[in-house]
Amino acid sequence: MTENLNVFAVRTLTQKEYFTPGHRSCQGCAEALAVRLVAKALGGNVIIANATGCMEIVSSPLPYTAWRVPWFHVAFENTAAVASGIESALKVLMRKGRIPRKKIVTLAMGGDGGTADIGLQALSGALERGHNFLYVCTDNEAYMNTGIQRSSSTPFGASTTTSPVGRVQMGQITWKKNMPAIAAAHNIPYVATACPSYPIDLVQKVKKAADIEGPAYVHILSVCPTGWRSAPELSIRLGRLAVETGIFPLYEVEKGQYRLSIDFPKLKSIKDYTKLQGRFRHLTDEMIEEIETRVHKEYEQLRAKAGKGS
Amino acid sequence: MTKPESEWTWKELPVGNVILEPGNASQYRTGDWKTLKPVLKKELCIHCGLCYIFCPDMAYSLNEENYFIADLFYCKGCGICAKECPTGAITMVLEEEEK
Amino acid sequence: MGKRIGMEVSIAAAEAVKQANVDLISAYPITPQTHIVEHLSELVANGDLDAEFFCVESEHSALSVCVGAAATGARTFTCTSSQGLALMSEITYIASGLRLPMLMIISNRTISAPLSIWNDHSDTMSIRDCGWIQFFVENGQEVYDHVFVSYRLGEDKNVLFPVIINMDGFILSHVIEPIELIEQEKIDQFLPPYQPVHQLHPDHPVTMGAFALPAIFAETKKAQEEALRSSMPKIIETWKAFGDMTGRYYHPVETYKTEDADTLLLTMGSFGETASVAVDKMREEGRSVGLVKIRLWRPFPFDDLKQATLHAKRLVVIDRAISVGACGPVASEVKAALYGNDRRPSVYNFVAGISGRDVTPSDFIKMVDKAELEIEEGNREGYEIYGVRG
Repeated sequence: MTENLNVFAVRTLTQKEYFTPGHRSCQGCAEALAVRLVAKALGGNVIIANATGCMEIVSSPLPYTAWRVPWFHVAFENTAAVASGIESALKVLMRKGRIPRKKIVTLAMGGDGGTADIGLQALSGALERGHNFLYVCTDNEAYMNTGIQRSSSTPFGASTTTSPVGRVQMGQITWKKNMPAIAAAHNIPYVATACPSYPIDLVQKVKKAADIEGPAYVHILSVCPTGWRSAPELSIRLGRLAVETGIFPLYEVEKGQYRLSIDFPKLKSIKDYTKLQGRFRHLTDEMIEEIETRVHKEYEQLRAKAGKGS
Repeated sequence: MTKPESEWTWKELPVGNVILEPGNASQYRTGDWKTLKPVLKKELCIHCGLCYIFCPDMAYSLNEENYFIADLFYCKGCGICAKECPTGAITMVLEEEEK
Repeated sequence: MGKRIGMEVSIAAAEAVKQANVDLISAYPITPQTHIVEHLSELVANGDLDAEFFCVESEHSALSVCVGAAATGARTFTCTSSQGLALMSEITYIASGLRLPMLMIISNRTISAPLSIWNDHSDTMSIRDCGWIQFFVENGQEVYDHVFVSYRLGEDKNVLFPVIINMDGFILSHVIEPIELIEQEKIDQFLPPYQPVHQLHPDHPVTMGAFALPAIFAETKKAQEEALRSSMPKIIETWKAFGDMTGRYYHPVETYKTEDADTLLLTMGSFGETASVAVDKMREEGRSVGLVKIRLWRPFPFDDLKQATLHAKRLVVIDRAISVGACGPVASEVKAALYGNDRRPSVYNFVAGISGRDVTPSDFIKMVDKAELEIEEGNREGYEIYGVRG
């Protein structure tokens, strides 16, 4: 899980908060926790471009802001483009001597809707241009801020308000879009998946991504009790189960080289994960088997890429 | 203290509606959202800090005795800390109305 | 007196952007703006311009990049037309609401359908309400001049608005005109480096782009509206300073032979020069005709327009766009501006030159003839598309 054994205790992380309490997320929101940990990992020397979405809304109701660092919200689909502008402006202003030269991290943050759907074009452009920035996608697997509508990141079978369970159709009919693979296909130096249930791993990956020259992409699974219809106190457990069942494997792709952050000799049963969430309440045994087969297949493919194939 | 939004006049707004006071959301009380509040049994606490690191509302901080204690001004009562505490030192109890 | 060179207007515009010491240019190609970004990329590639230049993957991103960069303290530039403007229109509203100075040249081109690359004002009319300062220019020299005017004006601490220069696509962008270049030292004095009031930087963290609940939103809009309206004195002041530097003075509304005119033509953009030839011809025949040209489109020059037109009997407004299902957008705004006065001219609205169709001096004369006849016969609500077959 971690290579740096010096940082294995939670208390060795900085106690400073760059994302303050008083934000308006739901109880038990693991996306807020993800954002908190990202902010901790990067510290004060950062400029954040944020997409429209849950985290933007809960953190910036005029005249209040939960941000102790410079933070900018423009629109829904252009976060990577705004971040490109920030990064390039810093570059030229430092080159021309208008601001002092020092390392400032440009961070772009968006949800799954703002990244995999409407924001995909801007992200692809920014990755292709090779800007020196970090893109973090906090994935709660639907358009949660507008009331739990499906996105391309909604997992197969999940019930949302636009992929509901009815007599003819039972939840999301397509498979979750593989955003880390799309990012990796741009041949950027660093791609990683993370989950706030593994906080040290998340912080280390974000720090590493920020230090890398060039574009980096970190995809963070964010449990959403409101949208997933799960108990708020289970948000950390569900994140852990997502990893332990192979549904959301933790890995890094560094210069095209895959590396699993944690590998399980035997994956837990999908049922352990789905039974705790109302959005999967309707899953039949056939659907569960279909999901499990595919999850296991993709997990093996990932292991093979990481050089651990059987 | 930041005035709530309904009290601002148009002339008082900074240009572009920029918020100049970083982190002033910490003036906003989310603690009255909760029904359950966390209660710590100190004898069981091993000071691991998991309650602190897993709190989505940053409610936990160290007190003078080196225990992590939840600030009820912010705590939304989600119960993550109680669930994740490895020794079961935290229990969620119904919050009584202040008399 | 600076050097006077024959150059393509797009190239002149790009040269002006270079002389304005821009920090960042985001580019996406669309006819007829491409020559501007192509020349800028050459200038950067040759080391003649020290700026970040990059091609983005859509116009929406082009303006988004400028917004991000302007918020970080950079002087930015982009340009577009037609479909590109429509695509980035979401961001135009945002840039104004955020009060971020930047310059965008719109090489005016018609909006499809049907698809057409030629000139009219339908693209810029679709973003009338976005809250930018908007100029219309008549010729290449004015494009070049207004680049410097726009940056100094937009970046002024008492203004802080993004600025649009509308120049007619092909009719201006692709023609060679005599341009008097201004010496760099003079420009550097006229245009100091950009000093943002608020800036994204870790040393002084601010939050930009917060969302506003209904309880506070009206106040934010009032602040924005008041600021745009009250930028008028600064606009006049900046034009005066520019005129003192170059001898070329600009005004919100330009008038040509209007003092004693009974009939006035009203145009925006490159129509103005052609119409003035028509006015000369009609004057030679003893007709009482003059020409009014709106140069400042936003904030709308209510007072200047009234002063220029209220005395006339007839006002022939030539639109270069249609608000489909209504009438010409300029005519509707002009009528609204004059409505409050009991003594006002009868307005006749022509839409002409749609999608680049040529409008000659004799066309203007025909339009004046038609308008005068119609108004004589009691038609107070004239509106037609000029020169349509069938």
